[in-house]
Order: sequence, then C-alpha cells, then structure tokens
Amino acid sequence: MRLKPAPLACQQAVELISDYLEGSLSRSERRRLERHLRACDACTAYLEQVRATIELSGEVTPEDLDPEVLEGLTDLFEQYRSSDD
Amino acid sequence: MVDDALLLDKMLGGDQAAFVEIVTRYQGVLVRVARLYVGSDATAEDVAQETWIAVLKGLERFEGRSSFKTWLLRICTNRARSIAVREHRTVLTFADDDASVDPSRFNDAGMWSEPPVPFTELVEGRLDRAEVLALVRAAIEALAQPAQAVVTLRDVEGLSTAEVADLLEISEANVRVILHRGRAKVRASIEVSLKGGAK
Repeated sequence: MRLKPAPLACQQAVELISDYLEGSLSRSERRRLERHLRACDACTAYLEQVRATIELSGEVTPEDLDPEVLEGLTDLFEQYRSSDD
Repeated sequence: MVDDALLLDKMLGGDQAAFVEIVTRYQGVLVRVARLYVGSDATAEDVAQETWIAVLKGLERFEGRSSFKTWLLRICTNRARSIAVREHRTVLTFADDDASVDPSRFNDAGMWSEPPVPFTELVEGRLDRAEVLALVRAAIEALAQPAQAVVTLRDVEGLSTAEVADLLEISEANVRVILHRGRAKVRASIEVSLKGGAK
C-alpha cells in the first residue's frame, strides 16, 4: 500500500503557487497542491492574487524617459545617422 | 503596440521618432538589468547608453535570428558583466529565504487566520486600471535585486524562464526561486496598497 502524502497546510501551499503557475511542480506536488486548493477558498483566492499580479505585471508600460536622457540618446542617433551619410 | 521590427526598419531609414519609441520601450529594463551587475544607478545608466551605441553601430548587421529584445538585452548584460568584473563585484543571484506571506497571517497549524481576498474584490469601484498598474509598477520598482531584474524580464517583458536563465547565466531552477520570491513581494505590496495601507 502506498502512503498518501500528508495534506498541505496553507502556509506550505502558498510557497508552491509560483512554481505551479510556471508548470514546474512535479506531478505529485501538483496533485497535492490541487487537492488542497479544491478544499481551500483562501488559498484559491491567494492563487488568484498571484495570477493577477503576473497578468498586471505584463501590462505595465514603460515609464516616461527623463528628458535629459532622451536628449542625450537622440543626439547619439543623429550623430550615427550623419556618419552614415 | 507597433512591432519592434517595423520600428527598426524605420530607424535604419533615419527615422528619429522610431528610435525614440524603441528607447522609451527598453531603457527602463536595460537600466534595471544592468543594475543587477553594477554598483550604482549612474553606472547602470552608462551601461544602457553604451548598449544603445552598440545597437546604432550594429543594427545593420542584426539579422533578426533572435528577437531584437533578446539581442539588445544580451548586449546589455555582456557590458554590465564586464564592468562588474572590473569593479570586482560578485553578482548575488540567490534569493532571500523570506516567507512568501507574512507568517502572522497563519495560525499555529499553518492555516490562514487572515485570509486573502481576490484583488478584483479589493479593487471594485475604487481604482481604475491605470491606477492599479501604477501600484504594480511601484511594487516592482521597490523590489531588491536580483528579484527586480528577474520579475522585470519574466513577467513584465515576457521572456521565458529559459531565456532569463540564459541571459543572466544562472540555472532555470534559480530563476524560478528568485521569481517566486519576487512575485510574492509584489503581490503582498499590491495587497497592502489596495487595502489602503492597512495590513
């Protein structure tokens, strides 16, 4: 008879969420986590928070550039462009 | 969003606006990734500038076998790494071992005593998308290295774990550990902001 691993505590489950979303948990770890998630609304909410965090991070757009930095770089561009002519 | 390849074509034709758009798109990530290796923000900005010079010099020879983003980041990490060697800096690529969630939110049995609420419920009617994204950006900017570089590359720029590992010359397992810690911190910080500063 194979022993079933002990159920996860929430505090352990949260440490597996990122790897779960990366698809990098082993099959047995994944099953153990999914079993926990089915029974735990709080960890399911945590999973949703991490999912939302990743999704929102992907929507972050670049900040406006410091005008001085931009000016320096456009000067460079013009310098290289004119050296091409 | 206009495709990088199109902007590069325009740049080759001398279009300054296209260059400005590309620079605006990638300057932030270049500085953040450089900062993983070099000792100051000013040096990281120098690395970014040198990267753009190398791009301007080499763009005609860029054959598009890799994506522009990967090529650009590769130039940046190579430069930053050589400066790190000169500065005798060791790059710390291990993650801290902080818990993902403040331990005080669990009881002695490790079950939630203060359970999380989905962000959608916390946001509801209070903030618009742009305001939420501003919180997320601030949370990522507040991360320490190496988490800041890894989260930026993986979650903001959308590189794969394998690409991040390759670029930073660390193992994929290491990337995943750093990513896990970084995401947990970003999540916690968004949660605190959405709850209006209450823990």
